[in-house]
Amino acid sequence: MTLTLDAPRIFQTKPLLSVDNVSKSYGAVHALRDVSAIAYPGEVLGIVGESGSGKSTLLRMMNLEEIPDKGRYTLDLPDVSGNLFDLDRFARRMLCATRIGIVYQNPHLGLLMKHSSSGNVAERLLVAGERSFATLRAKATTALEASEFPLERLDAPPIELSGGMQQRVQLAKAIALEPALLLLDEPTTGLDVSVQALVLDTLKRLQQDRQITMVIVSHDLGVIRTLADRVMVMRRGEVVEAGLADQIFQDPQHAYTQQLVHAKL
Amino acid sequence: MTLKTLTKPWEAMSYGFLDGSAKREMRRKMLKSVAVPGCQMPYASREVPMARGWGTGGLQVSLTLVNPETRVKVIDQGADDSVNAASIRRFIARVAGTPTTMDTLKADLIQSRHRIPEEVLSEDQILVLQVPNPEPLRPVQPNMSIARQMHADADYGRMWLQLYEQIVRSGRVMQGASYPSLVNGRHVMTPSPIPRWDVPKLHMAKHLTILSAGREKRIYAVPPFTRVEPLVFSDVPYKVEDHAKLTCHRSGATGFFMNEIPQDDGSSTHEVSDSEWGVKAIRVRDGEKVALGETWYKDGEMPQ
Repeated sequence: MTLTLDAPRIFQTKPLLSVDNVSKSYGAVHALRDVSAIAYPGEVLGIVGESGSGKSTLLRMMNLEEIPDKGRYTLDLPDVSGNLFDLDRFARRMLCATRIGIVYQNPHLGLLMKHSSSGNVAERLLVAGERSFATLRAKATTALEASEFPLERLDAPPIELSGGMQQRVQLAKAIALEPALLLLDEPTTGLDVSVQALVLDTLKRLQQDRQITMVIVSHDLGVIRTLADRVMVMRRGEVVEAGLADQIFQDPQHAYTQQLVHAKL
Repeated sequence: MTLKTLTKPWEAMSYGFLDGSAKREMRRKMLKSVAVPGCQMPYASREVPMARGWGTGGLQVSLTLVNPETRVKVIDQGADDSVNAASIRRFIARVAGTPTTMDTLKADLIQSRHRIPEEVLSEDQILVLQVPNPEPLRPVQPNMSIARQMHADADYGRMWLQLYEQIVRSGRVMQGASYPSLVNGRHVMTPSPIPRWDVPKLHMAKHLTILSAGREKRIYAVPPFTRVEPLVFSDVPYKVEDHAKLTCHRSGATGFFMNEIPQDDGSSTHEVSDSEWGVKAIRVRDGEKVALGETWYKDGEMPQ
């Protein structure tokens, strides 16, 4: 009797997201230098680093808001192929609207502050071509419910809401079309600790329920530790260390990572 | 041959007030706007002896299109006899020597603000609408550079967001005038401040409609037999104003767009907004022989 062993799952599945050798400079400043990143389906990739380390730039590129000087970006999805940085404006907008959700640190970037909260979520669906009022209303309500937004404030404009609530509206907007990839740019920075915990709770539950692939950028190691499966540590536009979350936090190899972990503890 | 025979005698102003180059530019921009229905074309918008915002855009189009045989009708808020309408009509007649009329059927060129006449316009008529704000995207995108890019991409999702907000806040679409409409399946335009009642009149109409905004320097057109579809949700149908059952207290006409006239006791009466249609109805009632045109709305309903 021969025993056949399957290769570990991680070798069998193709990464959903892969960014290869991306470089970007603003004049003399190198924001990113040959950065590569991958994320497997259903996985949470955490990116840590100090301010100016290029982590937000990388996230903006994953949302196709910015195009690098060189590099490749692919998403392993049906009917998405080739280097996404080469897409035209039109295709890029459609891809961002339907396949990628993003939550910004500053809700003013992601929301129309004076429109209703449900309208903000509905906008996403409208861009994707939904034209039935009843469907819009139902889908917006479902998305807001999933992000644990109090439904009695469904039609309140975000400007009247608290910071935590605004992040929930952003989150609902990001997941309204059930995207394959959810990008989170410091989603809890600026919230007080108890609200931060609630928002993280929601994110964790969403991740478990929907098996959504997430990339989360934060300078807060606590946030990364709570959510991420794998971690990338960035500094001055370069990746200094990458690996499983436990590995990075328990046994940091690079001097900078050690410093970072110790500063936290 | 002397120089005098070759040159024109001195005149106080050119025919139709605007000089030749101004008219040539207007003509070119009008042709362009007819070629791309609903697309806003920028133009220079010359000075006319009237303040910007009082119909200078429409007036420049009218002055360019008239010749001494063009019969001109001018409407303001549905009425031919309001001050603004009367002054514009008199001005065009004075500088271009055109005959004027109040009868929709006899007019060749109709310049209007707020209304499209109740009688159906024919192939040989031109409707010129004065537009205060030509940009339908302005309420949802204050940055005009981005708005132009949205037009180029036909990225109109946010227009529905505006309607969504109105339904959420008030239970129905509140957009009373300038109802955003998709022209020829491509460009969204604001059809000047005409009421919702008048928008279906533009759909597959036989006449040419030119919309011109003098202050904003934009011109766009709805050529004859062009689709004009008001933006709606698939499950919330387009509704015109609830005027089908109202009766004009002066002419007794029913089933047309009405002006509400508040009374001392708090109630209100109504009169037909299209004043010439009201006048005709009164003359018919008094037994006069009047040529009545076919109307867009029949018994308060627009036939499909």
